[in-house]
Amino acid sequence: MFVALRDLRHARGRFALMLVVIALIAFLVAFLSSLTAGLARESTSAVTDLPVDHLAFAMPEADDDPDFTASTVTSAQRDAWSAAAGVEGAELLGVATTRAQSAATTAAVTAFGVEPRSTLVPADTPAPITGTATVSRGAADGLSVAVGDTVSLGGHDLQIGTVLDVDASYAHTPVVWVALADWQTIGGRTPASDEGQTATVVAVTGDVDDDTLHRTDAGAGTTTLGVGEARAAISSFSSENGSLVTMQAFLIGISALVVGAFYTVWTISRFGDIAVLKALGASTRYLLRDAIGQAFLVLVIGVGLGTGVAAAGATFLAGAVPVVVTATTTLLPGAALVALGLVGAVLAVARITTIDPHAALAAR
Amino acid sequence: MDLHLDAITLVYPDGDSTLTAVEDLDLSIPSGTTTALLGPSGSGKSSLLAVAGGLTRPTAGTVRIGQDVVFHPATTVAAATRARLGRIGIVFQSPQLLGSLTALEQLELHAHLRGDRPAGLRARALDLLAEVGMSDHAHKRPAQLSGGQRQRVAIARALIGAPQVLLVDEPTSALDHARGTQVIDLITRLARELDAATLVVSHDSSTLDSVDRTVRMLDGRLEEASRSAVGT
Ligand SMILES: Nc1ncnc2c1ncn2[C@@H]1O[C@H](COP(=O)(O)OP(=O)(O)O)[C@@H](O)[C@H]1O
Ligand SMILES: [Mg+2]
Repeated sequence: MFVALRDLRHARGRFALMLVVIALIAFLVAFLSSLTAGLARESTSAVTDLPVDHLAFAMPEADDDPDFTASTVTSAQRDAWSAAAGVEGAELLGVATTRAQSAATTAAVTAFGVEPRSTLVPADTPAPITGTATVSRGAADGLSVAVGDTVSLGGHDLQIGTVLDVDASYAHTPVVWVALADWQTIGGRTPASDEGQTATVVAVTGDVDDDTLHRTDAGAGTTTLGVGEARAAISSFSSENGSLVTMQAFLIGISALVVGAFYTVWTISRFGDIAVLKALGASTRYLLRDAIGQAFLVLVIGVGLGTGVAAAGATFLAGAVPVVVTATTTLLPGAALVALGLVGAVLAVARITTIDPHAALAAR
Repeated sequence: MDLHLDAITLVYPDGDSTLTAVEDLDLSIPSGTTTALLGPSGSGKSSLLAVAGGLTRPTAGTVRIGQDVVFHPATTVAAATRARLGRIGIVFQSPQLLGSLTALEQLELHAHLRGDRPAGLRARALDLLAEVGMSDHAHKRPAQLSGGQRQRVAIARALIGAPQVLLVDEPTSALDHARGTQVIDLITRLARELDAATLVVSHDSSTLDSVDRTVRMLDGRLEEASRSAVGT
């Protein structure tokens, strides 16, 4: 990159401008992707962190897509899952977002109703007994309550038995664990006399093969998702995640176009120099390597700067804004920016191949 | 090694028809000597130089350096590029220096294009800059040099690879008579010192006292008188 590096230094104003644009886009992309991950976590962590393998939904219409708001399962369906081959545990889990009122304030929370010997409450905490609630740190803070206080969920009074220091939230609300019987009152889903218990999903643990999954679903009238896929059944998550990811994709595309446009103009302005270099004996391969190497350098520096600032800023703001900074939210979009930017640059500098060294003889 | 242009014809497409810029032309230049090519504008001088330097393929004929045929109607771009890099130095009508490189770097570029950096490269480049009287300006970029100074750097750049053939297109067109003569004298002297077969295109015969031979071109052919003068 003998010439490319000197061109960089010589035309530093133009390249600095380009660098700033790339860095700004990289900043936006990395920040957005950290925000997407943070919001996704706020929307789904209580579900994705469940210590189970599958969630079985029962939708009003069998071919509806699984959805937490519309699904209702019964103890008969739980028993069908318990009996399936490979299943180590199947228990009912109720999910209902509701209004919580404490002495101090009111907040939206999601009540997770669990069976008496449930293993679904985090940190190996025993299931709450009827009339009590186990609240996550977020719910305790939001409602300004502590152990022993009373909180009213959907008009149903419960005493706080335990405050768990975990980050568990569902659809941007903190989670409160309650006994399934209480949950049915709170959620307004008191079972009919012939139904046994009702809840939202059956939480299934165990190594179940696909065949058994299908057969049990068909027999029990359920639709089963892996616990990781189940976040798609949280309606707030699907829509917000979709739009944020689309925005990132657009930004990455725009960045590739900007880099392509810059290198198109830059290469055209270098026509004379390239003709001279060819006339002096520079091979097309050398010239392409030079130009693409330069684009790579500019991209890596610009993307590195933007992503670095975004990661630092997001880490700093982590308390105030729902952001998650990991390699996936910084390095991955950064690599995509570099890769697509390079595609733009390669398409732009490809015209080097067509420049005629004969043009060097023309006076300029 | 001598440069031989054998039966060179160059035809350009010209709209629906064609334009014959060089027609069945023979010219030989012994190594270490300088031949000046004179002729009116449009007579085909630059076209002939482009063929001699492999910048364009002849429509017919061959270019040889010593016994090696370096350019012919079917030469590939890559082969022509290699031959230029290894054996030919070119000085363009305008100096055509690269704006981001210092005078010294314009010379060092050659080694980078070849992909090797022989020991003593910088010393050789500085020597050559001294030869063209540019020692004091080695670290200046083209924008900081005068037209004449740029032309000298361009001459040094053409010679850094110790080429067997040196091709120079109208080096004096932007210079006054005295400086033009100096530049031609410099080229002739360096061609002799470095043993390069040198072709200098010019339209100004008054600066050519130091060259070994002068040939005239008209409408793509060498004029009778000069042809017999060269036919040794
Ligand atoms: N690249 C080209 N394409 C088409 N015609 C050309 C090209 N270069 C030169 N010509 C034509 O060839 C003839 C010889 O031009 P040139 O070799 O530049 O002459 P000179 O250098 O003696 O002025 C002119 O008529 C010119 O218009
Ligand atoms: Mg000319």
